[in-house]
Amino acid sequence: MTARLTRDDVAKVALLGRLKLSADELERMTSQLGRVLEYVDILNEVDTEPVQPLAHPIELANVFRDDIERECLPREEALANAPKTDGRFFVVPAILDGN
Amino acid sequence: MSIVDASASQLLSAMASGKLSAVDVARAFLDQIETHDGKIGAFLHVDHDGALKQAALVDEKRRTVQPLGKLAGLPMAIKDVVCTRGMPTTCGSRILQRFLPPYDAEVVRRFREADAVILGKTNMDEFAMGSSTENSAFKITRNPWDTSRTPGGSSGGSAAAVAAGMALLAVGSDTGGSIRQPAAFCGIVGMKPTYGRVSRYGLVAFASSLDQLGPMASDVAGVAALLEVMAGHDARDSTSVDRPVPEYGRTLEQPLSGLRIGLASEHFAAGLDPEVASAVRAAADVYRSLGAQVIDVTLPHSKYGVAAYYLIAPSEAASNLARYDGVHYGHRAEKFDGLIDMYAASRGEGFGPEVKRRIMLGNYALSAGYYDAYYLKALKVRRLIRNDLDRAFETCDVLLSPVAPTPAFKVGELVDDPLAMYLSDIYTLSANLAGLPGISLPGGFSSGGLPIGIQLLGPPFAEENLLRAARMFERETSWHTKRPRLGVAP
Repeated sequence: MTARLTRDDVAKVALLGRLKLSADELERMTSQLGRVLEYVDILNEVDTEPVQPLAHPIELANVFRDDIERECLPREEALANAPKTDGRFFVVPAILDGN
Repeated sequence: MSIVDASASQLLSAMASGKLSAVDVARAFLDQIETHDGKIGAFLHVDHDGALKQAALVDEKRRTVQPLGKLAGLPMAIKDVVCTRGMPTTCGSRILQRFLPPYDAEVVRRFREADAVILGKTNMDEFAMGSSTENSAFKITRNPWDTSRTPGGSSGGSAAAVAAGMALLAVGSDTGGSIRQPAAFCGIVGMKPTYGRVSRYGLVAFASSLDQLGPMASDVAGVAALLEVMAGHDARDSTSVDRPVPEYGRTLEQPLSGLRIGLASEHFAAGLDPEVASAVRAAADVYRSLGAQVIDVTLPHSKYGVAAYYLIAPSEAASNLARYDGVHYGHRAEKFDGLIDMYAASRGEGFGPEVKRRIMLGNYALSAGYYDAYYLKALKVRRLIRNDLDRAFETCDVLLSPVAPTPAFKVGELVDDPLAMYLSDIYTLSANLAGLPGISLPGGFSSGGLPIGIQLLGPPFAEENLLRAARMFERETSWHTKRPRLGVAP
């Protein structure tokens, strides 16, 4: 299906997945994921040319509800589990570069 | 019979007749936890005071002749992947170590409405990813039948709690076998209902097209009673199916006449332990002796199930777990350099190795250039797997198969070999890929004294028939009455 998985591939995916991995983890992940990817190549044995993908076991149409106002989570409860707040908002590091 | 070895119906009638109070029952289970859980490690959180308070409330309701729910006074354990208002819900992960949900899951609301007594939250593989409960960030859970072995996973804490008499009933979640395999390893009954049968509102998502909540108990009647309360439509889960819920308990004792049991040769694949294979064949003989027809069926694509599953489930997980960003809830790293690094550092510290592997695998399978070759290919094979099962159910009512290729494996045996661990899900995950109901029930013991489970699968929404078929077998056998001998806690 594909060429061998390299350490660089793994590092790139880690960045996309927002996962900081140590050098050791990167090494281990490269070999472990490589083995899993080799295994899943077995799927190439199957002719799936005319087959429609099945993304979901019950192929539901959209489910709608009436758009009515309801009570929502109080601010205090919504913020209660946050690592950092100012009591009104979630606090995050600066998003735009100050320079 | 002691309180912790009694069945749900025995306890309900003892409480109804006044022989036992709900407080007596709750105390007996809390004592059992106190005595044995140090060694087993099934619970992450025990709500001692809350359980006694709820039990006292049930007794008070009974004393004042108020209406009582179907599970009144029955002590239960909830897998730590289900949100419980104000009670820790960690998913076995460091990233949610201090998370206190602001709401109850729909199933928890239903348990409270049914007057159940919630004992606490059970250990699990982190985010339900694993087959041994060794991937919990907090501790491992041991198998009550042999503490050198795993209880299976990912609902290993729930299964071990029931097997050890530390909970009468338990809830698990099943994405690829996570209810059925630990039930088999621990010698209890566990059911994965049809996709959409039970609301997942408040279930922390792993793989949304596969996840389903289900009941666990030491016998089929317990599972039926719990399912009756759990099942039903909920507008807050858009995948919940609006369809009447049968009274599973009412028809349970009625055997199915003309039952056709399907056996697939693909379910006796290489690597299947011979003792497990003979337990399944012996179960087929039990059904034959009850007048059932045993029919050979074929599932030609089942051997591709593990490969399809381990692309689809991680892809969905990679997307679902993107919500752990160290902003709204969960762990945030102390040290980081800018916003992107805050995400990456928080997630790197918060997730354990298996969760990281799945996030990586999923992101890889979904990434540009690989999407068609991996994710889309897996979804096409998924349809072929479902077509095989649909075809099989044209000629049989239930499929009888193993649950897992072997009885419980040793702690540490597979944990460093992810692929070998994945392959152990081969017999359970097709039910998730196809959205079908499946039940695991005790079907014998290995020569080493470990429980062996057998599995029955049915077409969508055939829970009632599956339970009746399971009960037919259970009534003819005594495996479900066996209890592990628990050592004295240190």
